[in-house]
Amino acid sequence: MALDPATIHRIAKLARIRIEDWQAAQLEQELNGILGWIEQLNEVDVEGVEPLTGGAQMAMKMRDDVVTDGNIRDLVLANAPEREGVFYAVPKVVE
Amino acid sequence: MTYTLEGNTGTWEVVIGLEVHAQVISQSKLFSGASATYGGEPNTQVSFVDAAFPGMLPVINRECVRQAVRTGLGLNAHINLVSRFDRKNYFYADLPAGYQISQYAHPIVGSGTIEIELADGTSKPIGVTRLHLEQDAGKSLHDQSPTKSFIDLNRCGVALMEIVSEPDLRSPEEAGAYLRKMRTILRYLGTCDGNMEEGSMRADVNVSVRHHGEPFRTRCEIKNVNSVRYVMLAIEAEAKRQITVWEDGGAVQQETRLFDVARGITRSMRSKEDAHDYRYFPDPDLLPLVLEEDWVAALRTQLPELPDAKKSRFMHQFGLPVYDAGVLVAEQATADFYETLATGRDPKQAANWMMGDFFAALNRTGRDIGNSPVSAANLGELLDLMADSTINGRIAKEVLEEMVETGETASAVVARKGLRQVTDTGAIDAAVEQVLAGNPDKLAEFRGGRDKLFGFFVGQVMKAMAGKGNPALVNEALKRRLG
Amino acid sequence: MMAGSSMFDLTLAQARAALRARKISAADLTNAYLGAIEALNPELNAYITVTPELARAQAAAADAALARGEHAPLTGIPLAIKDLFCTEGVRTTAGSRILSNFVPPYESTVSGNLLRDGAVFLGKANLDEFAMGSSNMTSAYGAVTNPWSQPGGNARLVPGGSSGGSAAAVAARLALGATATDTGGSIRQPASFCGLAGIKPTYGRCSRWGVVAFASSLDQAGPIARNAEDCAILLGSMAGHDPKDSTSADVAVPDFAAACARGVRGLRIGVPREYRMDGMPPEIEALWQRGLGWLRAEGAEIVDVSLPHTKYGLATYYIVAPAEASSNLARYDGVRFGLREAGADLTELYEATRASGFGAEVKRRILIGTYVLSAGYYDAYYLRAQKVRALILQDFTRAFHDVDALVTPTTPSAAFAQGEKMDDPIKMYLNDVFTVPANMAGVPGMSIPAGLDDAGLPLGLQVLGRPFDEQTVFAVAATLERAAGFTALPSMRAGVRA
Repeated sequence: MALDPATIHRIAKLARIRIEDWQAAQLEQELNGILGWIEQLNEVDVEGVEPLTGGAQMAMKMRDDVVTDGNIRDLVLANAPEREGVFYAVPKVVE
Repeated sequence: MTYTLEGNTGTWEVVIGLEVHAQVISQSKLFSGASATYGGEPNTQVSFVDAAFPGMLPVINRECVRQAVRTGLGLNAHINLVSRFDRKNYFYADLPAGYQISQYAHPIVGSGTIEIELADGTSKPIGVTRLHLEQDAGKSLHDQSPTKSFIDLNRCGVALMEIVSEPDLRSPEEAGAYLRKMRTILRYLGTCDGNMEEGSMRADVNVSVRHHGEPFRTRCEIKNVNSVRYVMLAIEAEAKRQITVWEDGGAVQQETRLFDVARGITRSMRSKEDAHDYRYFPDPDLLPLVLEEDWVAALRTQLPELPDAKKSRFMHQFGLPVYDAGVLVAEQATADFYETLATGRDPKQAANWMMGDFFAALNRTGRDIGNSPVSAANLGELLDLMADSTINGRIAKEVLEEMVETGETASAVVARKGLRQVTDTGAIDAAVEQVLAGNPDKLAEFRGGRDKLFGFFVGQVMKAMAGKGNPALVNEALKRRLG
Repeated sequence: MMAGSSMFDLTLAQARAALRARKISAADLTNAYLGAIEALNPELNAYITVTPELARAQAAAADAALARGEHAPLTGIPLAIKDLFCTEGVRTTAGSRILSNFVPPYESTVSGNLLRDGAVFLGKANLDEFAMGSSNMTSAYGAVTNPWSQPGGNARLVPGGSSGGSAAAVAARLALGATATDTGGSIRQPASFCGLAGIKPTYGRCSRWGVVAFASSLDQAGPIARNAEDCAILLGSMAGHDPKDSTSADVAVPDFAAACARGVRGLRIGVPREYRMDGMPPEIEALWQRGLGWLRAEGAEIVDVSLPHTKYGLATYYIVAPAEASSNLARYDGVRFGLREAGADLTELYEATRASGFGAEVKRRILIGTYVLSAGYYDAYYLRAQKVRALILQDFTRAFHDVDALVTPTTPSAAFAQGEKMDDPIKMYLNDVFTVPANMAGVPGMSIPAGLDDAGLPLGLQVLGRPFDEQTVFAVAATLERAAGFTALPSMRAGVRA
């Protein structure tokens, strides 16, 4: 399952990271190296094994339905690179 | 009756599946303690968790889980005692984390069914594939600035139930009936207010077309349609578009579309162009959601009576026809009103009065059962006044108008306006004599054999008595006099 | 009052005793460390941000409390906080350019626990960008230099990573202890490279709330300090159930420090044969045997065990961690906080911001993670990795039926030179071969300095324990520590090089 430059551009697009063509060539080599090394997992017999999804072996606690947070608009907006009044602002989106 | 569309190459059938997004009724959000109520000032109902600040973590709200389970039980669906949360990854301005926490592989509720009622009196079971919990996104405002979109995260993280139907629906009418029925059930359960205008219930509509007997063809998804009527219009518009594409020798492309209400057409949604690879995987910030069987069982026993059960009870207990029962159970408040009204009275008369004059009066004054100025007890008193002949039916209508207008009780209106029915035979006989004396020509015609004029005399006598005459006694008196 | 230089010789436990006895003041202690930072940080780059005013204010508050006869577990103890922990009002960068201007309006639970217990924060410690690295070379704020160097050599060595700044700061005595995090070895490997003790507790022991996430199912906070007892004291404050973290365990925090004195008599210590890898330097093998000998001499029984899936731990890690990271790092998009680069539309804004804000290693891992989760590849990579992860956990579960703890080397080599292994990511990844399995299984692991290699650089041994049995891990590690009598110090440290 080797990556080609087109695939690298596609996943970079999915990940929203701009890459130039010269970077794609370098990444192709690096990522294929890593993926090739990862393929050693194909040796492992995983027949019938339940996947382990997390680090903790317990059931999830639930919290009570009470409002304990919010009303911190200034703090929520304080780090914003661009804001318009009480909103975050981004270049206009066409739906 | 089968709904079909005629094209140049023959008859087309429409195949529809609905994804209903129903906002869970809760105080706080699915994974954060910020308020989930509608209509706050922009970005005030936002926690650092909702805005996806570094290091922030989700903690699930028990009430949202309870509501999802109750909804599942109300849809006769299987409850999965172990479910999981997954991340659905995509970038969007109003999705701060870059992923939505949803349930992809292991939803909390599995398959169920709901029964829909159609205009021709038939009903049809529609399969529910699944129900899962997920987060709502924030809101992008595109019309505030020529060059910017503004982001309000108040909605971000509010709990939604996504309820997915099987592709069992075959017409706009069926889709409309499904949505209305779904809304009724959610409202009965109190798990979603079903308010499509405020967006607390929305539908994504999957539409495809085919010739009868064919396998399914490619479908398109119309996103975020926010009224039952628009859903029905969007289906028709989209089906016609797809028929044209196929008949012109093209192929429908699977895509996400928007319904343009003003133009009555659907159009491709640009922002979703490359959003097909969501890279779902189990959210490592959360653990499996494990429910106790006893807890679920207790929720089941505590469910309210749901519309289908109530409808069949109304039919049996009150002898109502299926249509009347259907109308009366459509809203919990209506059903409760009716039940109070019908208990201890003539249930058919109660239904007729409610669905006739009472609904008409509410309609005319722009109210509904929830803010009716006339309570069930008051309307009941009105029926009682008719039953004991204090007033007659015609006067009762007049009294009801007054009650709706002023909020007074029936007896208060009757007393204030002196509408008590006249049963004094002396007074009635006097009115009869007065009418006959005033209409010698009609009397001659009647004597000459025009029996139909009897009704004319009844009317004139009632008029002379300002409507307050007891109709039976008036009839009796006239018969006696003319007989 | 003590002289400045001898103040640096105090361990955390000793400094605490001296503070409580009012032999030293928190102000003097803090000022000494701030002075050392001023002198040595330009050389070492262990701190990204130093907060002297805040530290002095906290020290003054500590002295006031001590004067009233009040003392919490860490009153007046100056610490370095890995710059992955959000600190209220103090810039938190995660070692990344994308957070170069981010000032959190909240305090992480772990750092908040330390403040609650009276600690003084000297500043924010350098790290690999988003904790992705084993050398601290990927920090956007520059490499960290290991205070250790080969006697006679002039090559600058790496302190390990990702908690390289934390380890370098403690080793050079620019802090009495430090917070760190460990996703695949990021506490234990730098501790080992810098001649320090460091423990990654059981997954769920310390809250992850307010810690910038790398790989959520693996990340775990822990301390790096001069010795086991200091680590025990710090972990006692850092740990505890946090309702704000769904993966935080609701278990009591035991007295870790007391466990350090327990000894190992009667314990069964497992030696996993799969850790004896081809090409491992003989001096590491020798150190390992020496460590086992010490434990045997103290009354432990040494048992051969097998963890058959050990060799697959790293490959599994390099699927699971990037997959989670690709999603965790999606929030750095230039909209609500952090760096923004202009773009004609929203997509261009995202792409430009993330291209400019993330460094090469972070991008590499995001792309790998995106790929292994993408349509058509999920089953082959991510799902398979989760299954192998289950097998790795099963290995440990079985082993811990038979033994109370495992002892292995921490790393396959001592600290290497800056710039080395940079051209080959896999070679760099292999540093974590012995540490990664504990993250995969969620079990606690500790590195304890046990000796020097032939070049005079420190080497650590790793103790692994059952979930939530850090006490046994401390007991074994402290025993190794006492037996090793490790007293060597790096040449570059406070109080020596003025």
